[in-house]
Amino acid sequence: MHNRLWMMLVLILIVGFSSCKKKQDIAGFVKIDGSSTVFPISEAVSEEFRNQKDAKTQVTVGLSGTGGGFKKFCSGETDISDASRPIKPSEVELCQNNNIQYIELPIAYDGLSLVINPKNTWATSITVAELKKLWEPEAQDKIKKWNQVRPSWPDKEIHLFGAGVDSGTYDYFTEAIVGKEHSSRGDFTASEDDNVLVQGVSTDDYALGFFGLAYYEENKDKLKILALDDKNAANGNGPVAASVATVMDGTYQPLSRPLFIYVSIKSLERPEVRSYVDYYLSKASHLVGEVGYISLSDKAYDLTRQRVEKRISGSLFGGRGSQVGAKIEVLLEQSL
Amino acid sequence: MIFKKKFIKESTSENAFKAICFVAILLPILLIIVLIGDALIDGWSRLNLDFLLGLPSRKAEIAGLLPALMGSFYLMLLTAAIAIPLGLGAAIYLEEYASESFLTSLIEINISNLAGVPSIIYGLLGLEIFVRMSHMGRSLLAGACTLALLLLPMVIMVSRESLRVVPKSLREACFALGADRFQTIWKVVLPMSFPGALTGIILSMARAIGETAPLITIGALTYVAFLPDSIHSAFTAMPIQIFNWISRPQKDFHINAAAGIIVLLLVMLILNALAIWLRARLQRKVYW
Repeated sequence: MHNRLWMMLVLILIVGFSSCKKKQDIAGFVKIDGSSTVFPISEAVSEEFRNQKDAKTQVTVGLSGTGGGFKKFCSGETDISDASRPIKPSEVELCQNNNIQYIELPIAYDGLSLVINPKNTWATSITVAELKKLWEPEAQDKIKKWNQVRPSWPDKEIHLFGAGVDSGTYDYFTEAIVGKEHSSRGDFTASEDDNVLVQGVSTDDYALGFFGLAYYEENKDKLKILALDDKNAANGNGPVAASVATVMDGTYQPLSRPLFIYVSIKSLERPEVRSYVDYYLSKASHLVGEVGYISLSDKAYDLTRQRVEKRISGSLFGGRGSQVGAKIEVLLEQSL
Repeated sequence: MIFKKKFIKESTSENAFKAICFVAILLPILLIIVLIGDALIDGWSRLNLDFLLGLPSRKAEIAGLLPALMGSFYLMLLTAAIAIPLGLGAAIYLEEYASESFLTSLIEINISNLAGVPSIIYGLLGLEIFVRMSHMGRSLLAGACTLALLLLPMVIMVSRESLRVVPKSLREACFALGADRFQTIWKVVLPMSFPGALTGIILSMARAIGETAPLITIGALTYVAFLPDSIHSAFTAMPIQIFNWISRPQKDFHINAAAGIIVLLLVMLILNALAIWLRARLQRKVYW
């Protein structure tokens, strides 16, 4: 009765799938997944790789988070894993069980900015010890007011904002401040989306939060930065505020961290992966700045290239997860 | 109308009720206007052909929606191809063949319950069954199977609803003329109920096209600079691309996200219009 309609439907399906079936000339593929922090860098490199070098290789980038990325990487699903912290023991073990060898390549620095509301007139800097007192698990339900952190601050409630607990950002922050990875008080506003945190801190007079430096740089008019003092003269005297310059020269400690890509050695044997990784390392210093991160020194990129050349597997950090104040160049040199 | 309006005196309670109903309709409309208006104001400047036909990019001004748009298109096509036959089949069985029993009422209750299960649960189910156990990988096919699973309860329910509308007398008349059950269903019941079922199905597809959670769970990708070339191809979809743009620090990407939202709304509008048009067109041919 409705033959015309059925024919129309079938026709739509046939047209749809035949246009779908047209095989393109594919030279290969590179599968990347992992940290949403590193995503913009990998996206930028992939875009340039496609435009400048090799349009036939299909590069895909996902954002499952650092942990989710390693799960896929260590079960052999992906060729490259984006990571905002070094690989952890549990992930090292997973990789070993599946016989996945990998090379760890630092590709950029990121700073975690400490921010408060512009209406906050009392605070300009904070020490690492004060931050620890504020963020450690024992602070839950106890440290609730600004004057409990520093007596000269007002008797007002403090509202905390931070990265979601599944992110590498949270892992790094807790390692650097609390001293134990993945351990902090639980009563803070957590979001995987840093724009939500920006929104939160910019509308709450008594807020204190942390997130990637790029998000502060884009919202300078709505936020005030809180300088950080690690009481270590070797990293610059007194409080240091997060900025591109202080992250690059290593004085903004301990909240500067390296970002990584992990490359599977088995995948590296495929020419398209090899050529992609080479391209990544040659363009990274230029592209990381463009997407809001801080590049390593030229020497460090040279050293990472050698690391690929010599197929040096494993982590610079001994597979123990986040480490604070690591000097990438020194570690790279020692490893070669 | 038997009474002219002026003869009916509107009581205060009538007026109050009218006012409440008016507010009830006003609020959703206002909400929609604010939502669409906000997206339009933010995203209008970015809405052009280059945006629709461009590939993703680190530069917000030249980043485009094409892989996400085509990904969503193929995803919907495949989802429909899986969900419609299955859903319609299940509905026909339950309405026309199954006898009233404890088992069928159990199935019925479960189907209505499944329609209310959060979509991320379907994502987890899809990840385990399609991506891992069936080795489909993170492909279009796995995505479509997952979305089809999500749609199935709704498709079954709207199809049953439309089958039920066909008067029993017509079926009996059909049997009286010597037709068997298959002939009755195929020649009488299905043609009469199809427009209604199709409308419901298209409306539920319009819902599925905006689903993000199940796709993220099964691992749809975010940077894909090529179009899907087979059902096993990696893919991205509009809600995922929008989600990614919104979470970027640069404001320019938020404009892209708004423009993406407008495109998504437009696609939904087209689907809904298609549903209305199909219903109007098909119903004309049915003579009671």
